[in-house]
Amino acid sequence: MRNYLQDYRILSCHSLKEAVLALQETPTPVPIAGGTDIMVYLNYHRLPVGTYLDLTSIPELKTSIEIREKEVVFSALTTYMDVRLNSFFASNMQMLSQAAQVVGSIGIQTRGTWAGNIANASPAADGVPALMAYDASLILVCASGEREVSLADFYHGYKKMDRKQQEIISKIKIPIPQIKSREYYRKVGERKAQAISKVILAGRLALDEQKKIQHIRIVYGSVMPYTYRSRTTENLLLGKELTQDTIHQAVRQIGEELKPIDDVRSTAHYRRKVAQNLLQEFLEG
Amino acid sequence: MMSELQKQDIQFTINGKKWQGKVHPMKRLLDTIREDIGLKGTKEGCGEGECGACTVLMDGKPVMSCLVPVCQADGHEILTIEGLEEQGKLHPLQESFVKEGGAQCGICTPGMILSAAAYYNDPRIAKDLPESISGNLCRCTGYTKIFSSCHHAMDKKESCCGGKK
Repeated sequence: MRNYLQDYRILSCHSLKEAVLALQETPTPVPIAGGTDIMVYLNYHRLPVGTYLDLTSIPELKTSIEIREKEVVFSALTTYMDVRLNSFFASNMQMLSQAAQVVGSIGIQTRGTWAGNIANASPAADGVPALMAYDASLILVCASGEREVSLADFYHGYKKMDRKQQEIISKIKIPIPQIKSREYYRKVGERKAQAISKVILAGRLALDEQKKIQHIRIVYGSVMPYTYRSRTTENLLLGKELTQDTIHQAVRQIGEELKPIDDVRSTAHYRRKVAQNLLQEFLEG
Repeated sequence: MMSELQKQDIQFTINGKKWQGKVHPMKRLLDTIREDIGLKGTKEGCGEGECGACTVLMDGKPVMSCLVPVCQADGHEILTIEGLEEQGKLHPLQESFVKEGGAQCGICTPGMILSAAAYYNDPRIAKDLPESISGNLCRCTGYTKIFSSCHHAMDKKESCCGGKK
C-alpha cells in the first residue's frame, strides 16, 4: 500500500469556471493533464505534496483539435497522438506531425499533451520548438478573465515563464501558414524512441520573387535553458539572398549567439557544433 | 493509514467487465489493476514511463499504466493482457509469441504484446511495427524473437484479411 498518497489531493471539476475558481485556493493547486511528467515524480517521491487539479475532468477542454480557416486550435488536452491521427498536419503543418512522432514513445504520445509540454517548460521539450516556429500563441484563463500570449515571448529563463500559478493554458492557437515555405524539424538524441533531446531545430523559410528571404523562423530546443527563438540570426538573414556566403554568416552568428547548456545528456561544446550543423542543413535545404 | 475520505468512487470497464471501487484518485492505474482488481499480468518495470512493461490499452490505445492516475481512467475502457484472448482462444499475437519463443523472462511480454496488439488493430497509431513497440524494452534483449513473433502474427493477419485496413 502506498501511504504517501495521503499527502496528495486531486480535484475534479465540472466546468472551466469551477476550475479557475479552484485555482484561487492557497496554496494554488497544480494542473495535471496527461501526467507523463508529474506521475514520474510521484513515483519517486519527488512530487511536491499538495493539491492537483485534474484537467481531464473539465468538459470545455475535451474538444481536441479545431481546424479553422486561418488557424488551428489545440485544447489543453490535445495529445501528440491526436495530431498524428489527424491527416491535416502531415499535409499542411508537417513540423507538428514530425514533433509528435519523436516524443517519448507511442504510450507517451497517447497521454502527453502539447500544453503540458509548454507548461512543464523543459528546455528539451520536443513539441514547443515546432509550435514556436509556427508563431503559436496561448490562451491563459484565470478567474478574472483570459489573455493571449505569444509563445515566442512566453519563456525568459530556465523554467521561468509568463504563466501565473492561477492560470490554465486553455488553448494553443496556431496560424496556418499562408505562404509556401520550406520547413525543417530535426531532433538529435541518443536513439529514436524514448530519448530526451540533445539538440532540436525547428525552422521555416520562405523566399520572395527576387529569391530574397521573406520569412524565417529559427527555433532551438535543448540548447539554451528554455526553448529559444533566435531573432538575431533571423534578422541577419531577412531580406538577403540565400547564398553560401549568407549561410556561412548565419552559421557563424548562431555559434556566437547561443550559450548552450551543459548537462548529463551532452556538453555545451557538442550542442553548439550540432546547432550550427543543423542550421546549415536547414538553410542549404 | 489512508483515510477512507480521501478515496473516491472510480469505475471503468476492464477486459469487458465493469469495475468499481474506492481508491485514492492519484493512485497509479497500474497499482489499481494489480492490488485492487487483482490482475497481476500487468508488470511494473521502471515506474517512470521509460520501459513500457506496464502498458495497457485505454480506449484501444497503449498507455503506460504507471503514469496514469486512476481518476483519469474513470469511465474509460481498459484492456490488460488477461483480456486479450477471446472465449478461451489466444489472440494471434499471443499464439505467435508462444510458437516463436517470443518470451524469455516474461516481464516485458504483456506490455510488448499489448503495444503490438494496438497496432494490429489500428495501424494508424505507428508508422510500422517496430515503431509500435519501440517504447517497450526487453532486458533479456530477446528482440529478434519478439520481432519475429509480431511479424508472424501480422503476416498471418494480412494473408487472411487482405492487408492493412
